[in-house]
Amino acid sequence: MKRWLLIIFFALLPFTAGAEKLDMQEYLFGHVGDSYEWHITTINGHHVSIHLPVIVKSKATGWHCFSSERLAHGESYMGLHIAHGDEPHSGKIIEKVNGEWVRPLDISITKNVLSLMMSSVLLVVLILLTARWYKRHDAKEEAPKGFVGLMEMLITMVEDDIIKDCVGKDYKRYSPYLLTAFFFIFFNNLLGIIPFFPGGANVTGNIAVTFVLAMATFLAVNLFGNKHYWKEILWPDVPVFLKAFPLMPLIEIIGMFTKPFSLMIRLFANILAGHVMILGVVAVVFLTVELGAAMNAGLSAIAVVFGVFMDVLELLVAFLQAYVFTMLSAVFIGLSRQEAEHE
Amino acid sequence: MSLITPDFGLLFWMTLIFLIVFFILLKFGFPAITGMVNERSERINASIAKAKEAEEKLATLAEQHKELIRQAELEQSRILKEASDAREAMIRKAREEAEASAAHIIEQAKARIAEEKDIAIREIRSEVTLLTVEVAEKVIRKRLEDRDEQQALISRYLDEADRLEKN
Repeated sequence: MKRWLLIIFFALLPFTAGAEKLDMQEYLFGHVGDSYEWHITTINGHHVSIHLPVIVKSKATGWHCFSSERLAHGESYMGLHIAHGDEPHSGKIIEKVNGEWVRPLDISITKNVLSLMMSSVLLVVLILLTARWYKRHDAKEEAPKGFVGLMEMLITMVEDDIIKDCVGKDYKRYSPYLLTAFFFIFFNNLLGIIPFFPGGANVTGNIAVTFVLAMATFLAVNLFGNKHYWKEILWPDVPVFLKAFPLMPLIEIIGMFTKPFSLMIRLFANILAGHVMILGVVAVVFLTVELGAAMNAGLSAIAVVFGVFMDVLELLVAFLQAYVFTMLSAVFIGLSRQEAEHE
Repeated sequence: MSLITPDFGLLFWMTLIFLIVFFILLKFGFPAITGMVNERSERINASIAKAKEAEEKLATLAEQHKELIRQAELEQSRILKEASDAREAMIRKAREEAEASAAHIIEQAKARIAEEKDIAIREIRSEVTLLTVEVAEKVIRKRLEDRDEQQALISRYLDEADRLEKN
């Protein structure tokens, strides 16, 4: 009895037995940010990570291509090193030119790029496998089963529910782009939820990625917009004084850019927030170590339950954000293809 | 903040990768799938329409079949009625004919009987006349045996004959 009381007493003591203090900043940004190496795990203090190729064009010394292993642990190679501490461009490769820290032209295969490549290969392979089934079978006579059936269901859902309804009559022209966007976002979102190696990168939660996607929609909308669309922007159906002093056209032109901008921010913020939430919940396990064994165990259990909840929620968000991005893109395209109602 | 500033390297790779993925899927992926799926759904719709048409055809056929049966039944009852009518007419006619011929035969028989009766009556008459004459002869003979009587008689006959002449 006395022994048990003693154990409980020690368990309740805020007692940190050699645990490292968690650097929350590094932990969060390390996971949601980009990096030159893909850190997989740490076994007995030994980092297991994939060193990715660095491709840079230094302003002083020209093109360089080397493994990021040479830059690990703050080491310098060819006058290049990864910024840390008080140096600007934290986490990026920098070099000193004329006594100032500047970034070279950097097109390294980073963690996000590799993740993009893998998910893209996966996407292309899966879609081509599905397409192959249709080439080898007479789809008029039989319906696919299993995986191809699942893909057909998803593709048909996106095309029938989103593309046909939102784009309108010439939906066939836009359907490949919108389907690509949907599956691209969906696959990357799903891979982002997987917490270990092939997944886990915060790809669709990176603003560069969502910028390119939103840019694609912007181009699809504005390159193929019809006469009616441009008339609505430049000479809308409002009293003359509203467009002579170009208030309405100004608003419409701003609207041209805010639409894809909102697409970019929505996807980026949703996925980033999801990652941060999950990381935060997991961090509870490590942060509560210093509160003592009992508190740590109790809060860890709660954190695990919350983590499961967040992961399931993220599964929904992964689908939902792909769906929303595709649907809004389809709506914007549909608006650019609208014919005048009465003329 | 590095989080909200798009990094050039990632922009470059993302653009490149997305374009490659898009063009591969545009060329070999989605149009092939959606085209075939659309074809199939069109075919299914067409099949459903065809099935409906066939169903309708079948329904009209059944209707026609029923109509045919109804007509045949009508015809049957008409024929039966006609047959029974004809039978009755035949019976009636035969009866009438039989009656007519019977009446005729009776008529003939009656005429024959009347004729025979006439002949018989005539024969009886002539016989009676003869008998009367004989009886009268006998009576007269008897009467003539007496002279007076003869004289009286002769005179009476003569009177009668006179009267006959005068008349």
